Amino acid sequence: MTATTVSNSGSANEPLSIDAVSKGAFDFDMRAALTSGLILALSLVFIALCGIPEGLNERLLIKPVLSLGYLSLLWLPLLFGWLSGNETVLEGMVATKKGARDIVRGLFVGLIGGLGLSLLTVLMDAFDLRDPLVNWSPATEEVLQFSRSIGFGVIAWPVLGAILGAFGAALHVMPEKIRKAVMAGLGTVLSFAIFATFIVDVADFLDDLLYARRGGLKWGWAIALFVIGAGASFLGGGRKISEMKSSYQAATGPAKRQQTTTLILLSLAALIIIPLITGKITQELFANIGIFLLLALGLNIVVGLAGILDLGYVAFFAVGGYTTAVLTSPNRGPDFEGFPTLPWWGALLVTIIIAGLVGLFIGAPVIRMRGDYLAIVTLGFGEIIRLLFLSDWLNGWFNGAQGITNVPPADFGFFSVKGTDPRSVFYLVLFFAAISIYVSWRLERSRLGRAWMAIREDESVAEAMGINTVNMKLMAFVVGAVLASFSGAIFAAKVGSIFPTSFLILVSVIILVVVIVGGMGNIMGIIVGSVVLIGVLGGPKQPGLLAEFSEYKLLIYGALLVVMMLKRPEGLVPNARRSRELHQDEFLQDAWLKGEVDTDDDMVDPSTGGEGTVAPA
Amino acid sequence: MSLLEIKDLSVTFGGLHALKDLNFHVEEGEIVGVIGPNGAGKTTFFNMISGMVTPTSGEILFEGESMIGLDPNQVTQRGISRTFQNVRLFANMTILENVMVAQHCRTNKGVWGSLFNTAAFRQEEKEIREHGEKVLGFFGTRLIGYRLEQPASVLSYANRRRLEIARAMATKPRLLLLDEPVAGMNPMESAELTDLIGKLRSEWGFTIVMIEHDMDVVRDVSDRVVVLDHGETLAQGSFDEVSSNPEVIEAYLGRPLEKRK
Ligand SMILES: Nc1ncnc2c1ncn2[C@@H]1O[C@H](COP(=O)(O)OP(=O)(O)OP(=O)(O)O)[C@@H](O)[C@H]1O
Ligand SMILES: [Mg+2]
Repeated sequence: MTATTVSNSGSANEPLSIDAVSKGAFDFDMRAALTSGLILALSLVFIALCGIPEGLNERLLIKPVLSLGYLSLLWLPLLFGWLSGNETVLEGMVATKKGARDIVRGLFVGLIGGLGLSLLTVLMDAFDLRDPLVNWSPATEEVLQFSRSIGFGVIAWPVLGAILGAFGAALHVMPEKIRKAVMAGLGTVLSFAIFATFIVDVADFLDDLLYARRGGLKWGWAIALFVIGAGASFLGGGRKISEMKSSYQAATGPAKRQQTTTLILLSLAALIIIPLITGKITQELFANIGIFLLLALGLNIVVGLAGILDLGYVAFFAVGGYTTAVLTSPNRGPDFEGFPTLPWWGALLVTIIIAGLVGLFIGAPVIRMRGDYLAIVTLGFGEIIRLLFLSDWLNGWFNGAQGITNVPPADFGFFSVKGTDPRSVFYLVLFFAAISIYVSWRLERSRLGRAWMAIREDESVAEAMGINTVNMKLMAFVVGAVLASFSGAIFAAKVGSIFPTSFLILVSVIILVVVIVGGMGNIMGIIVGSVVLIGVLGGPKQPGLLAEFSEYKLLIYGALLVVMMLKRPEGLVPNARRSRELHQDEFLQDAWLKGEVDTDDDMVDPSTGGEGTVAPA
Repeated sequence: MSLLEIKDLSVTFGGLHALKDLNFHVEEGEIVGVIGPNGAGKTTFFNMISGMVTPTSGEILFEGESMIGLDPNQVTQRGISRTFQNVRLFANMTILENVMVAQHCRTNKGVWGSLFNTAAFRQEEKEIREHGEKVLGFFGTRLIGYRLEQPASVLSYANRRRLEIARAMATKPRLLLLDEPVAGMNPMESAELTDLIGKLRSEWGFTIVMIEHDMDVVRDVSDRVVVLDHGETLAQGSFDEVSSNPEVIEAYLGRPLEKRK
């Protein structure tokens, strides 16, 4: 866009300010807008044909106007409208003034997107493609027609798209304060609507107050919540938080240390207190997040610190789960007849040792490989371990597909951890998560952490500098295995039964996605990643806050991963070093602007420099 | 006994004889210059000593012990350290971390020490840090102060070369292999580094083998010069002997070394 507007300015001695250019409401890059509109249309049609709108239409968000099904379509024009007004402003350029032009562009993009759905509505009426496309169904058609008529649907979609697109773009035009207020208002309403189960679970009394009997916010309350959210933001609710954040970031030395300690203690206290006042659903959610957080922390040491791409990490989770189950349950394989059952914590000690040994055993042959080869071989080992647990050969130990049932609760005398009491599971997980976080944190800042870092940067040079790369990588592998076995041991006590199907390759993939999306190599990132992915979307079999989406979970995981890789490969909460690796050019440019880049201090007269002293080639 | 002794060393890459029956020795406290036209096999020679390439035949003795078959990290552990011709720093680690990590094989605290932050662990970390600052301080103020915490990628080209040397020094070697230490530096910088190479021997006690194309540097610091061409030793001796050797002049495109300026 910049290019076209600047070239319009004509006169050569005018300053090169983009604002100086006069422009009408329609003076925007039609091609780009058209492309983005078509992408929007395709995305909408894709979502509709995945059956998401139809499948989630029963779930009311705001009664009677909005269901989760419709929301799954409507958020997109809003986002595209917003994106169409986004532009990167380069250093030293003046940003274009936002105005009518942007709104028209957003409207245009949204309109095209809506037309895509109109077309789909018409086509659905005219043809029957149910055979290849399962969701080419009357039910979907009904949703697309708003349960009225085909004509209504055909007109309504472009109108809705245009309005939302224009609104999305208009967010750029509003003064910042109002924009923030609107966003906060929308955010409040949608959170209350989408996370209804969770909110009711936390605060029971809100159920009858806010929500209609068969689900969905009462529309009066929806408006009220919008006003409350917007008002709070308008009166400066968010400012305090961002002020505190920047003061925390600015602090250094002992002050920062003290603040960090306070912060950690406060969050720990909150984590201990919250499950006391919430219902079972929340506690279960917390417990699941914790179990996957433990796994992600372990994998982070392997992938994030040592740079070993392990795609079979689930193997150690399985080893932890099975070892604990075999040692504690009376229902284990017949070959263990007469072997005394251990209490959970006793089994844990054995589990740690076994997991470490398995880590060594798998690691030793694998670790000498590099890059892709290593990833594929670990993938193989992940499956081999599961198949061993499933096999007839070891049936006498692990009961094959029947698995091991009746795993007793973890009993600590004063408190016992069992699946029916998710709060106890959460506390146990919290304890081990604290250990894992401490381990990751200490190791990263030690001689070992430095060696891993060097290996990640350049393995052959690290070796030439005296680092025994094989041993170091093996050590990361083993530490990772032990941390995963904690998680497996807790999982066994929580679920009470262990089957080979609990340890599919999918688990490895999801943990890896948590690590990547959260921010590889950054403990805070791993925590955020687990909360966002496992908490909101859910684990491989565990429901998250958006339980409705569990059918489309993998689709969303995939889409999220693609978007992250394109837009923010360093993750949500990046490790400073890692983003430097990924954005070397930007970083150096930045350092250059700040005057930190080194230039040679003893430059000599160029006429004498460089020539003559070098041997001929 | 020589510090490093190499007997009949050969290596082939596919059909290419990168080194043929090379014989070479370095005495304790010597500075030996290795010169030769591009592709003569000089870097390959270093790769072989440092264990990154395995020779096809021959023997490498360091302090009388064979180094054949050792991994690069074991070679470094025994006391041979090197720099790379095409600067290979850990670019995203800080300057201090670059020299700290190089002391890995001289230190031994592991998981236990770091998890429980034991007194011995803290002491070792302190010593690693101090030694790191000491080797960086060898280059004046260029690599210390506020630079310590900066990533190596912000350094200028010449300073990256200096950091390469500092990193090799940090491994506490007895024999230092420098691969074209002044390449890309201007005359003033290389003159300064030439002085420092002298000090590496006199103050730090390193024995040095240096590959270099800059003949001024080679003349100024080397006790002895070895000329390689097509993987073979063409000549050995003092700089003056070598530079007047007709075969060497021939190898350098038929021009006498001194007259090229
Ligand atoms: N790993 C390898 N595989 C195959 N050929 C190699 C390998 N390493 C080096 N060579 C070849 O061996 C020969 C010697 O290379 P080397 O890098 O040792 O030369 P050099 O004397 O260091 O040259 P320069 O002065 O350019 O640094 C070259 O022909 C090179 O192409
Ligand atoms: Mg070379």
